[in-house]
Amino acid sequence: MNGNARFQDFLGGMRAISPLIAAVIPIGLVFGAVAATKGLSPAEAGLMSALVFAGGSQFVAMDIWTHPASWTGVGFAALLVNIRHVLMSASLGIRMDGFGQPARHLSMLFLADEIWAMAEFRAKVARLTPAWFAGLAMPFYLAWVLSGLAGAALGAFLGDPVVLGLDFAFPAVFIVLVMGFWKGPETGAVLLASGAAAVATQHFVPGVWYIAAGAIAGLSAAMVTGKNGEVEVTP
Amino acid sequence: MTVDLATLIAILAMAAATALTRLSGLVLIRHVSLEGGRRKAIESIPPAVLMAVVAPTAFATGIAETLACAVTAFAALRLPMLVSVALGVASVAILRALGL
Repeated sequence: MNGNARFQDFLGGMRAISPLIAAVIPIGLVFGAVAATKGLSPAEAGLMSALVFAGGSQFVAMDIWTHPASWTGVGFAALLVNIRHVLMSASLGIRMDGFGQPARHLSMLFLADEIWAMAEFRAKVARLTPAWFAGLAMPFYLAWVLSGLAGAALGAFLGDPVVLGLDFAFPAVFIVLVMGFWKGPETGAVLLASGAAAVATQHFVPGVWYIAAGAIAGLSAAMVTGKNGEVEVTP
Repeated sequence: MTVDLATLIAILAMAAATALTRLSGLVLIRHVSLEGGRRKAIESIPPAVLMAVVAPTAFATGIAETLACAVTAFAALRLPMLVSVALGVASVAILRALGL
C-alpha cells in the first residue's frame, strides 16, 4: 500500500469514529468531574485516562476510590471490569491478517469498547488495515484524555449529567451497535442468554461480574446453536 | 498539578491490568485453533459482550431507561448512529424530567 492509499485509509477510520467522539466527549467530561470530586487533581485524572484508557473501569475505580489510593482494590476492579477485553481481542485478533506482530500488539493496547466495535464492524465489510485502525484510535484516544482533563479542571461548573441524560450516551451507542450485529435467530439466542445472565448476575452479585457472566452466557448460547448447525460449517 | 505517589501506583496497577486483558486475547488465539464451530462462537462475542454491558441499564434500572433503550433500538433500524444516540439521550432526559 503506498502513502496516499494509507492516508485515505486513515481518514476513513477517522470518519467512522467521528460520531463516537461526539458521544465520548461528554462522558470524558463527566469522568473528569467525578474524579475531581474524589480529590484527584486534573493531572491525575488525565494520567488515568491516558494510561488506562478504559472508561468503564475508570468509573468503577472512582466509585471505590479511597485516600490514600488502594492499588490492589482498583487494580483488581480494573481486571474484572476489563476481562471482556480478552474475548474482544481474541475476536478482533483473527481479523488482523493485515497487521505485523508489533502493530497488532500496539493496536490492542487501544482496544476501548467503541474502537473495538467499530473495527469489528469494518472487518465485516473490508480488510482491516493498520492505517484505518490508527485513524479510528488516535482521535478517540485524544478526545478521551483531553475531555477527562477538561472535566477535572472544570469540575463543578458542569451541569448534572444525569439530568441532561448524558450518562445515557454510552449505553445508547452500544444499543445501536448491538442492532448492527443482528444476523438472524442465532443472534437472538446470544442476546437473550447474555442479557438474562447479565441482569440476573447484577441483581444477585455485587460488583461488575455481570459483564463477564453475560458475555460467557452469550458465548455458550452461540456454541450450542453452532453445534446444531455443524453440518453447514465450511472447511 | 500534583501527582500523589499512591494514586500513581494505583493508576499503573489499573493500566497493567487493562493491558493484560487486551493482550491476552492475542495470546489465546495463537494457541487455540479456531475452526468451524469455534470460529462461529468467536463471531458471537461482539453482540454477547455489548448486550451484557447494556442489559442492566436496559432492563433493571428504571422505566425511563428501559423506554429510552427501546427508542434508541428502533431508531437504529432506520437512522444513522449519531441521530439514534441523540434521540435516546433526549428521551431519557425528558422521561426523567417527567419523573419516570
